[in-house]
Amino acid sequence: MAKNINISQPVGDEVAYTTCYMCACRCGIKVHLKDGKLRYIEGNRDHPVNRGVLCAKGSAGIMTATSPSRLRKPLKRSGERGTGTFVEIEWDEAMAIVTDRLAKIRAEDPNRLAFFTGRDQSQALTGYFAQMFGTMNYAAHGGFCSVNMAAAGLYSIGGAFWEFGEPDWEHAKLFLMFGVAEDHDSNPIKLGLGVLKGRGAKFISVNPVRTGYSAIADEHVAITPGTDGLLVMALIHCLLEAGKIDAEFLVRYTNAHHLVIDAPGSADHGLIARNSDGAGLAYDREAQGLTPADAKGINPALLGSFVLPDGRKAQPAFALVAQRYTDPAYAPEAVADLCGLDAKDIRRIAGEIAEVAFNQPVILNQPWTDSAGVRHETMIGRPVAMHAMRGVSAHSNGFHTCRAIHVLQMLIGAVDTPGSWRYKSPYPKPIPPGPAPGGHQRQANGALDFPPLGFPRSPQDLLVGNDGEALRLDRAFSWEAPLGLHGMMHMAIGEAYAAGRERVDTLFLFMANMAWNSAMNPAESSRMLTARDPDGNYRIPFVIVADAFASETVAYADLVLPDATYLERYDCISLLDRPIGSAHGPADAIRVPVIKPDRDVRAFQGVLLDLAGRLKLPNFVDADGKPLYKSYPDYMINHQRKPGVGPLAGFRGRDGKAFGKGESNPDQISSYVENHAFWRHHLPADQLYFKHGNRAYLEGAKAMGLIDSSEQIVLNLYSEIIQRFRLAAEGHGPHQPPERLRAATKRFMDPLPIWYQPVEEAENDATAFPLHALTQRPMPMYHSWGSQNQWLRQILPENRLYLHTSLAKRHGLGNEDWVHLTSRNGTITCQVRLMDGLAPDTVWTWNAIGKRSGTWALAKDAPESQRGFLLNHIISEYLPPDNAGHRRSNSDPVTGQAAWFDVMVRIEPCRAPTRTSQPQFPVLPPPHASATKARP
Amino acid sequence: MTSLSQPWPGATKLGLVIDLDTCVGCHACAVSCKEWNHGGASGPLPDYDSRGPNPDGLWFNRIHSYETEGGACGSRTVNFPRSCLHCEQPQCVTVCPTGASYKRAEDGIVLVNADICIGCKLCSWACPYGAREFDEDEGVMKKCTLCVDRIYNETLPEAEREPACVAACPSRARHFGDLGDPDSAVSLLVLARGGVELMPELGYKPTNRYLPPRKAVVPTGPVEKPVRMGTGFSASLLSLVDRVLSR
Repeated sequence: MAKNINISQPVGDEVAYTTCYMCACRCGIKVHLKDGKLRYIEGNRDHPVNRGVLCAKGSAGIMTATSPSRLRKPLKRSGERGTGTFVEIEWDEAMAIVTDRLAKIRAEDPNRLAFFTGRDQSQALTGYFAQMFGTMNYAAHGGFCSVNMAAAGLYSIGGAFWEFGEPDWEHAKLFLMFGVAEDHDSNPIKLGLGVLKGRGAKFISVNPVRTGYSAIADEHVAITPGTDGLLVMALIHCLLEAGKIDAEFLVRYTNAHHLVIDAPGSADHGLIARNSDGAGLAYDREAQGLTPADAKGINPALLGSFVLPDGRKAQPAFALVAQRYTDPAYAPEAVADLCGLDAKDIRRIAGEIAEVAFNQPVILNQPWTDSAGVRHETMIGRPVAMHAMRGVSAHSNGFHTCRAIHVLQMLIGAVDTPGSWRYKSPYPKPIPPGPAPGGHQRQANGALDFPPLGFPRSPQDLLVGNDGEALRLDRAFSWEAPLGLHGMMHMAIGEAYAAGRERVDTLFLFMANMAWNSAMNPAESSRMLTARDPDGNYRIPFVIVADAFASETVAYADLVLPDATYLERYDCISLLDRPIGSAHGPADAIRVPVIKPDRDVRAFQGVLLDLAGRLKLPNFVDADGKPLYKSYPDYMINHQRKPGVGPLAGFRGRDGKAFGKGESNPDQISSYVENHAFWRHHLPADQLYFKHGNRAYLEGAKAMGLIDSSEQIVLNLYSEIIQRFRLAAEGHGPHQPPERLRAATKRFMDPLPIWYQPVEEAENDATAFPLHALTQRPMPMYHSWGSQNQWLRQILPENRLYLHTSLAKRHGLGNEDWVHLTSRNGTITCQVRLMDGLAPDTVWTWNAIGKRSGTWALAKDAPESQRGFLLNHIISEYLPPDNAGHRRSNSDPVTGQAAWFDVMVRIEPCRAPTRTSQPQFPVLPPPHASATKARP
Repeated sequence: MTSLSQPWPGATKLGLVIDLDTCVGCHACAVSCKEWNHGGASGPLPDYDSRGPNPDGLWFNRIHSYETEGGACGSRTVNFPRSCLHCEQPQCVTVCPTGASYKRAEDGIVLVNADICIGCKLCSWACPYGAREFDEDEGVMKKCTLCVDRIYNETLPEAEREPACVAACPSRARHFGDLGDPDSAVSLLVLARGGVELMPELGYKPTNRYLPPRKAVVPTGPVEKPVRMGTGFSASLLSLVDRVLSR
């Protein structure tokens, strides 16, 4: 800086607004350009997600947009698969290869296309493509990420944690966070924590590791991994013992008073007793008789046993809750050792919840009317907010743990009330929110009758054959994962390999590093991708990879379709998909090209539309077989999923003034651009809380097309849907689990939350593998696209394994010492660092720092490959085989969620001098360096 | 040696107030700083070996995380962003042999005039806070300018005239203002929260302040174990659900 610098220099000569894609948070950004080049990216101050702030990844976006690791041109494999040798080809040839291959598959058996997308934010389009193509073998990465939270939430309260709900940061007085580290929703959580702590509210973080958010918690609860459910049930135990529950909330908004049939052995045991109209029944203590549970003015019983008209008995659902959790087995003193906590602390936290919920309610002077038509002069809230993410989700008991948290929220009346956790629009939705998964039937045009990812309500919705075994490649929606709502991407390669050519022809991967950090057991995944049948052909016949970067997985492709980076393309962050709404109302956003690609790449969504047109897929072509959409922005404007409902909800109608529902508007994208790339609708003040039972909100949401019915969404304290699966396991009905899974189904499909030791841990030899091993994302990075960024990699170019000082002492280890870390699946070698803020029998490391040498345009001797490492190598997607040789997936038995955090390990100091992490793999050449131009 | 102009009472002292109670250690401030300054008046901020075995580069703001024991909050993890504190008595300025390092009289910002910096690095030896960064490509010293090319930048909307790190901070743990004005928002914040200066014993009188971590509590006893009834349910639960409920 010279002395006489111009301190009023314009930032650039051009400003554009778009949406960030350096992670899944989807913040609004203001991009400054100078001479057509990126100068500065800052947060958009008006944007509902980030309100002007921007994280480290977002600011480093300008280095990702110019990264040398970007792919440059379509590639066709020229050598052995896995060696990374390619020829560059033209797009025409690439599209012809894909079209020919997929057309043939579609004509023969569409399910032989397995289409798996990674951290894709256009699943509304990719899923629709799969449905119209006619393959059930479609999934996005939610199955190894968040499905436990989605399924537990959607089947309990019609909404979910993750980025689909948020604490009432402005009013909460006590905030409990379970297993939340940096993840989706990163900036909103940081903004919220700043507000919450600024107000002096208490923040309790339940997390084995004290970093990031946990570092600023007022109380850090260093729980033993996988025991959060027990802690929550102990809190429920204490609150029930003390009578600290919100009975009014329960009878108004949940099925707590619904009578559950008590007739063990019968086909409807455990289902809700209903009248001839199908309405659930309750017992009215006023009239001393049965009544529809939704009747106005009743005084429903929550405890007791009542006689049904057919003479059988039934109990209110709440009575079952009370019976289960008042059991001494859930007393803090009974669970404390397993949780690694002090029973006194559990009782104190229960006391704090009770104090804040019932002695310090938040009362807003805001009249509103509930679904029953009762007008309330105020909104009374229980200011205890909860939030949970990966630390709960990534265990095989995560579904029930998450449901336990929702049950706790319901019991204290803390679902969408002032000060509690709140739905983000477009939630809440009916329970469950959509049709059953498609796959059983195809229409005459070859499309599946429903989207491949759906919502089972009973065993007949499962995608299983006559033998009860999975129809889908990844086993989702089978008896191994009845509520596998997001599919089971972690099984895709293993099962494609096992199934062989008869079942899978083409594995089509978009934006998923499935041969590396998105794989459990990458070495095995790589082996399976290159394995050959005895006839010499690849066992997985064809692999297409669409990605913007030269990841580890690119080397395993037969064909590479290079994607544009986020600043080079259109996108829509849609209400049909994973929108950016908040508790204040619905919102969506777009990406617009800010810079032009300097390479021969195409944005994937446009490629997919082009492909759909070439394949003449239904609803992508007109009656004459001509493509309906000439580009992705054309689709964003003109596609309608339902009449009036398209990818973008704002600026609809001919005049651009409609929102939610409305005719297509040819100027819609221009309106978004003028509005700085997003649209939002502010809900009126009387619709901001109690959305599940708020008449004005539900009617408004229906009018906007967010939900199909304005009926009250009755929260499922008790899950009748889950009980239907248990009944099948008990021998009822035509759809029953195979014998090998009968006992497990009965055990895990419990209509009330249960706790069990994580499956892998329960089968583990605790003397051989006594330690838990976890990963977490570093705040400045996300996935491998982030950690290759030349600024971000200066912050964290290599990871370490963190140990508690007491554990290190037992093994005589100091900072930077090398260790072998061994699980049932193998051994890795890495360096350690010591810390105190950690559960003593837990080790952890940063996720996705380790790279394979030669990838991501990093030097062969980059620290990421030489000392960085992945924990993935010692995690398997399969559990050990049972007596008959079946290998269950290493997943939550309810949802199929990949159980990343169940792995158990042991640690041993390295005896020999060590300088590199293990395992190491052959160095991959840069894909374009080895690519020779194809001869014309 | 470079002499300092004497600050007078009430002189403007622009600086940062950083809240260690809400800093989550996310590095947003550091990267935003690098991005702004890379293309700004101090730029470029070079990277060395950017794809190689020893990635390194210039950063005006770096984040450290420490575990601490004792104190009002007990054992905890503290995230600590470190940048120039714009000291009132900056030895980095007084040691400068050419006058390249200087402290502005009008607002107290410490800057380097690259035109006359000879790259001798005396200033970086003098600074106990490690705030100075040497640009090996240009052979000159660089440092936090408090975004002097933002805060007075008339081409920016008024609301955006703040340092990049402050604008970016996702937990809004960073505050910018005049610490010379006892009535400014930042001064009042420092007063209310007991803000501290770093290593005051050295006498450099840093302008920036750090707000210490806090610990919120909910005053309550544990929930009492109630008398049990024969049914297995507690008396308090029974009495609660026996109440007339209405829906």
